[in-house]
Amino acid sequence: MNPRNPLVWLAAAALVALPFVYKQPYHLHVLVLILIWSFAYTSWSMMGRFGLVSLGHGGFMGVGAYVTALLWNHGGISPWIGIPLAMVSAGVLALIVAWPCFRFRITGHYFALVTLALSGIVLQVITATRDHTGGSLGYTPERTKGSAIAALQFADKETWYLIALGVWACGIAVWYWVDRSMARYAMEAISEDEDAASAAGINVTMEKIKITVLSAVMTALAGALYCQYQMFIAPDTVSGISVSLQMVFAVVVGGIYVSMGPTVGAIVTIMLAEGLRIGLGTKAVGWDNLIYGVLLVLFILFLPKGILGSLMERRAKTAK
Amino acid sequence: MMEIFDIYLAEAIISGILLGGVLALLALGLNLIFGVIDVTWICYAELIMIGMYGLYYLYAVYGVPMWLAVPACIVIVAILGLLLHWIVIEPLLDAAPINQLLATGGVLFFLQSFATVVFGIDFRNLGIRLPILAIGEMHFSYARLLAFGAALAGMVLVYLFMTRTYVGTAIRAIAQDRQIMALMGVDTRRLYLVTSALGGSLAGLAACLLVLQYDVHPFVGLSFGPITFLICVLGGLGNFIGGFVAAFLFAQIISLGGLYSDLEWGYVLAFAFFILMMFVRPQGLLARRS
Repeated sequence: MNPRNPLVWLAAAALVALPFVYKQPYHLHVLVLILIWSFAYTSWSMMGRFGLVSLGHGGFMGVGAYVTALLWNHGGISPWIGIPLAMVSAGVLALIVAWPCFRFRITGHYFALVTLALSGIVLQVITATRDHTGGSLGYTPERTKGSAIAALQFADKETWYLIALGVWACGIAVWYWVDRSMARYAMEAISEDEDAASAAGINVTMEKIKITVLSAVMTALAGALYCQYQMFIAPDTVSGISVSLQMVFAVVVGGIYVSMGPTVGAIVTIMLAEGLRIGLGTKAVGWDNLIYGVLLVLFILFLPKGILGSLMERRAKTAK
Repeated sequence: MMEIFDIYLAEAIISGILLGGVLALLALGLNLIFGVIDVTWICYAELIMIGMYGLYYLYAVYGVPMWLAVPACIVIVAILGLLLHWIVIEPLLDAAPINQLLATGGVLFFLQSFATVVFGIDFRNLGIRLPILAIGEMHFSYARLLAFGAALAGMVLVYLFMTRTYVGTAIRAIAQDRQIMALMGVDTRRLYLVTSALGGSLAGLAACLLVLQYDVHPFVGLSFGPITFLICVLGGLGNFIGGFVAAFLFAQIISLGGLYSDLEWGYVLAFAFFILMMFVRPQGLLARRS
């Protein structure tokens, strides 16, 4: 994706123009979901592409959603302030977990399992504080009586589509920003060999913490947006281990090393789930995850670079 | 007032010990797989869930007598473990560890939804209520005592297998050095399969014990899966004794934490303890610091 390529600008213009021409609410709803989850998956892949496989992102997403909603309901604090606060909380949480992990060289399996504990904690805390969070029954931000803009609550899908599109585009921009930065070279060196990277003068712990906190903060934003859009959150849909695994799964399917990979993953998984839901009706319960599971195993066995990653690789080969 | 409190405390401590036995059994299977094959089965708890359904169907639906249903259930899960290794793990043995982890994550999704589709989302139980044992003011269910005893017996059997038999010795040797053992003429592939089946049969035993106490539903694995991983990491992945100690420690925290407040807070405390311990002993409880 070269910004000088006119096709990119054309595609961007088409995406922005879409809700003004096409207003079918269900299709727009699916698009908003795809955009929000694409942003979350992109946030995950920011660290996932460097071999930092976190299973704790369900936790960060849960913090983003619940902190925003709780501040609004209990403190009357507008999401315009609540969302940044939620992002800061997720960043602090990431710091608390990431610092000892990286300081003591907890990598690979261990890192995945420690972060797994984190999403477990967030899920249990939400469930345990059911007097305030509604527990496993879920939680609804109160409908605003005043201005919709101050409360960040919009009834129409078009506005939400544009918001989600903007945030998603920012996510892709951040991906490129990291891709072009020194941090990327440092992180690639670290993922190859930590000792060698450290000997070359890279502050291994610091670089890893930076990328982890960035990824966590973005994931919290995705959680907060999801909460504001759906106006209903439950521990199982925004936090916990299944959400974490779902992120990993979508990114692996789309392609972990390319900028649009997570987006392709979101399109494939959400279309699959929605298609099955419409096709099978109530019988669909379970079938989507059944297919996810089989696909995830097949992808890792046969196509570890993901759909988009493999396609781009093939194109690069034929171009030579 | 003080006396009642003491009895509650004693009951919580003993409950914790009983819970610890089952958790230790869960951790043993996972540790065995990790220690020998160097792979984490994220879907371990889901194998147990399938085993719980297996016993439920054999016993409560088809009326197979218990003495036959329990071994059958253990064999079924052992075969599942074998298949898991054969189909998913073996092609990935040389892949990045993260890919192995994610592939078993895919199996987790698969087994969970398989159970949802085939068995439905209703909570089911065996429909047998074992009597309650009362010592003074304290009450313990026989189901928990039985589970504790069987878990200990299972662990002793595995210990004997690992130390007294030729195959067990070979498995322990392979855990120490993967490359050399192949050079010594040991068929590593066969040993991996034996280990996977053994890990599966431990999951099967755990399934039989858990279904005596808890209802089974497709997502039951999520309620004890994470805690099992934490126990293994806390004890040091692949470290059997560490896992054993960590299981009892965790069980006490959950049980005592639950005494003062809800059971979820017991879990929260246990999770928080885990993260705290990662600061102090990142290589596991019993690891020597290098």
